[in-house]
Amino acid sequence: MSGFEDFWAIYGNVVLTLGTNSLLALSIWLTLACGMLAMANAAFMGIGAYAAALLTMNYEASFPVALAGGMVAPALVAALIGLPTLRLSGVYLAMATLGFGEVVRVTILNTESLTGGALGLNGIPQLTQWWHVVLAVVLVLLVLWRVRRSKVGRAFDAIRGDETAAGLMGIDVRSTKMLAFVAGAAIAGLAGALNAHLTFFIGPGEYGFDRGVEILTMAILGGIGGLAGPVIGACILTVLPEALRGFSDFRLVVNGLILVLIVLFLPQGIWDPARFSRWLRKGGRRHA
Amino acid sequence: MLELTSLSKNFGGLHVLHDVGLSVPEGAIFGLIGPNGAGKTTVFNLITGLLAPTSGGIAFQGQDLLRRRPNEITRLGIARTFQNIRLFKEMTLLENVVVGAYRHMDYGYASLLLGLPRYREHEARARERAHELLGWMKLDHKANDLADNLSYGEQRRLELARALATEPRLLLLDEPVAGMNTGERAELMREILAIRERGYTILMIEHDMQFVMGLCERIAVLNFGRIIACGGPQEIRANEQVIEAYLGREDDEQAEQAQ
Amino acid sequence: MLEQQFVNALSLGCVYALFALGFTLIFGVLGVINLAHGAVFMVGAYAALVVVANLGLPLWAALVAAMLVAGLLGAVIDRLVLKPLRRRNAPHLIPMIATIGVAIVLNNAAQAFFGAGNLRFPFGTVPEGVLTVAGLHVTVIELGIILLSFALMAVLMIVMRRTQFGRALRAIAESPKAAWLLGINVERLFLTTSFAAAALGGVAGVLIGLYANALYPLMGQPMLHKGIAVVILGGMGDIRGAMLGGLFLGFAEVLSVAYVGSTMRDAVAFGLLFLILLVRPQGLFGKVVQRKA
Repeated sequence: MSGFEDFWAIYGNVVLTLGTNSLLALSIWLTLACGMLAMANAAFMGIGAYAAALLTMNYEASFPVALAGGMVAPALVAALIGLPTLRLSGVYLAMATLGFGEVVRVTILNTESLTGGALGLNGIPQLTQWWHVVLAVVLVLLVLWRVRRSKVGRAFDAIRGDETAAGLMGIDVRSTKMLAFVAGAAIAGLAGALNAHLTFFIGPGEYGFDRGVEILTMAILGGIGGLAGPVIGACILTVLPEALRGFSDFRLVVNGLILVLIVLFLPQGIWDPARFSRWLRKGGRRHA
Repeated sequence: MLELTSLSKNFGGLHVLHDVGLSVPEGAIFGLIGPNGAGKTTVFNLITGLLAPTSGGIAFQGQDLLRRRPNEITRLGIARTFQNIRLFKEMTLLENVVVGAYRHMDYGYASLLLGLPRYREHEARARERAHELLGWMKLDHKANDLADNLSYGEQRRLELARALATEPRLLLLDEPVAGMNTGERAELMREILAIRERGYTILMIEHDMQFVMGLCERIAVLNFGRIIACGGPQEIRANEQVIEAYLGREDDEQAEQAQ
Repeated sequence: MLEQQFVNALSLGCVYALFALGFTLIFGVLGVINLAHGAVFMVGAYAALVVVANLGLPLWAALVAAMLVAGLLGAVIDRLVLKPLRRRNAPHLIPMIATIGVAIVLNNAAQAFFGAGNLRFPFGTVPEGVLTVAGLHVTVIELGIILLSFALMAVLMIVMRRTQFGRALRAIAESPKAAWLLGINVERLFLTTSFAAAALGGVAGVLIGLYANALYPLMGQPMLHKGIAVVILGGMGDIRGAMLGGLFLGFAEVLSVAYVGSTMRDAVAFGLLFLILLVRPQGLFGKVVQRKA
């Protein structure tokens, strides 16, 4: 038992970060499933983190309330900017959402009285337990799994396949995209809220471009063909820096290199159900 | 059933359609023909809400279709296929057709999250119906293949099955037999007649004269954005303006090539 | 006071314009959002530094070195990363993600080699001194930046408008396949464009290094964000747009710092970006038409 406690003492944070990273990767999966490259989830994570932290620190809210606040706040913002932004497509959507992320960061920097500005918020109560994170991941996975198997999931696939044709099938493309965007924001906010009460300090620099890129990488690395993909991507990207600690300066170089190699050689990501079924079919034919 | 009144469409200075009017009675197979570039697909795009007319009106079963979004128009009972085939290539045939049944899957979030009976029923029914429609198109044996793997003719039939899955009253078919061989065309002709027998109304754009003359009871001819003739197959075949529209074009092309 | 800011804004705007030009060239011709452009910019700056500080060569040699090194890097990135993805017909956001990986590699390699702290060009690299031009005080650095930038931009405009090479590039920007069918060696031109765009980025890096008197491994990142804003502002793939957009951003930033405060500085670029995207996504000069295959 003491072996486990030692392990947890050293790696507990990594495991919990793995959980919150999984949530982040799943949040961007939702928008990618609709064919949208929206890179605002780091900003939504930040909004959720600050909202939840402020609730517990300034208003002595209970943890569940803080978490709820951490989900509702980014969802509201997403609903607000979603309407004009989701009209854009492809590159322009990616850029607009990236830009939005920076706007959020600068807003945080300039509202010192509320957010502590560049110095960030310190002393957030460390309320996150391992089971909070596990519960959150399991619940989100369950919900997304069921959504995938329903008409909503099918609508996502249709929109990703051909937006115009999807609209002509009776699918309300605008609302469905909004749903993915807002839900993704809520999940990212939840990750932020959990993370804030884990690390007890948050600052505006954590929710910028780099974090946005990291979230995207996790999803693309793992593959968006199935729900396991984002989780696998999150695991790899969380564990890799730890595993590469020995490389010190070069470990981030290796990170970048891995990203390039995956894009070049495993375009659908690591978890690619289509590739697996091709392998299985080829295997079957050989035996026949 | 479908009334187009004085429909016009301009793109900036380009007048694509001018004062187009036609009336499709219920249960009819109606053809819309004309030389390339006459504006036929634009008419479809206007009806299905992908474009807004510059002036004029469109009414379906008495309801005004203007200023409605495509998914609303589909819900009113109009479905369409595309000239350049817009299938969901990464999905199987069955999944493609099931997407068509979207608006009939009437269950809420509680149902889908908890797997309640209502969700299971609607999903099962949609799949059954999809198999049925694939059967009409003689594609059922390939239900679980990827749509991308089909031949051109098969893809057109799949698009038709998918359109039928929306349970429309009116079907808009944009060049349904383009790229098919004679055998496939004859087959599709029979299928479309069978579909009409089942109570659907059909408006189609087609270039294959034999196909159009053989199937359509009424035909409208569009040239340079205007309706130049409207009537039964015999009338249209004999109409001088129609002949000129088609043959005149050929003369122009030959003259250009000679230069 | 306002007049002094003018020179400041103009030089800053020139550097933004040069950087954005490289970025927009790659998007216009190759169809790729090259998020490694910031890293290439940084490499140019460090290359110049090495030439001046370690090899003791004069500044003009350092500028040439920066262009060559950065240009070569750009060409290598095209060959090793972008070309295989082109051959595979990857959906167009995939190359962008690959360039993110390249940027991470380059930024962190620079950090490993040069350390994370600020480095400076050695004292005396650029003559001190202030000139008076048209009644305004202009430092030698500012004058150099403005002259060099305008010279490079003029060369680029002439090449694009008046040469066969430029015509070929514009043809590719419209439709690579059509250009290929016309006999244009598309792959070779992709390589050349990558080289040229990276070279422009490299020069911009040196100029900013001189202007701000500071080089650090992540200097490309904020530049990249601004480059994105400029290109969207001016219209993606449009050369005039990149130039005018860059100049505009330079002025907007300097004026906002002067009249509102320095914390808002970075927000200006993104605030503008966000607004433009909501109001006129194609930017000032861009076209809404999607590029054909």
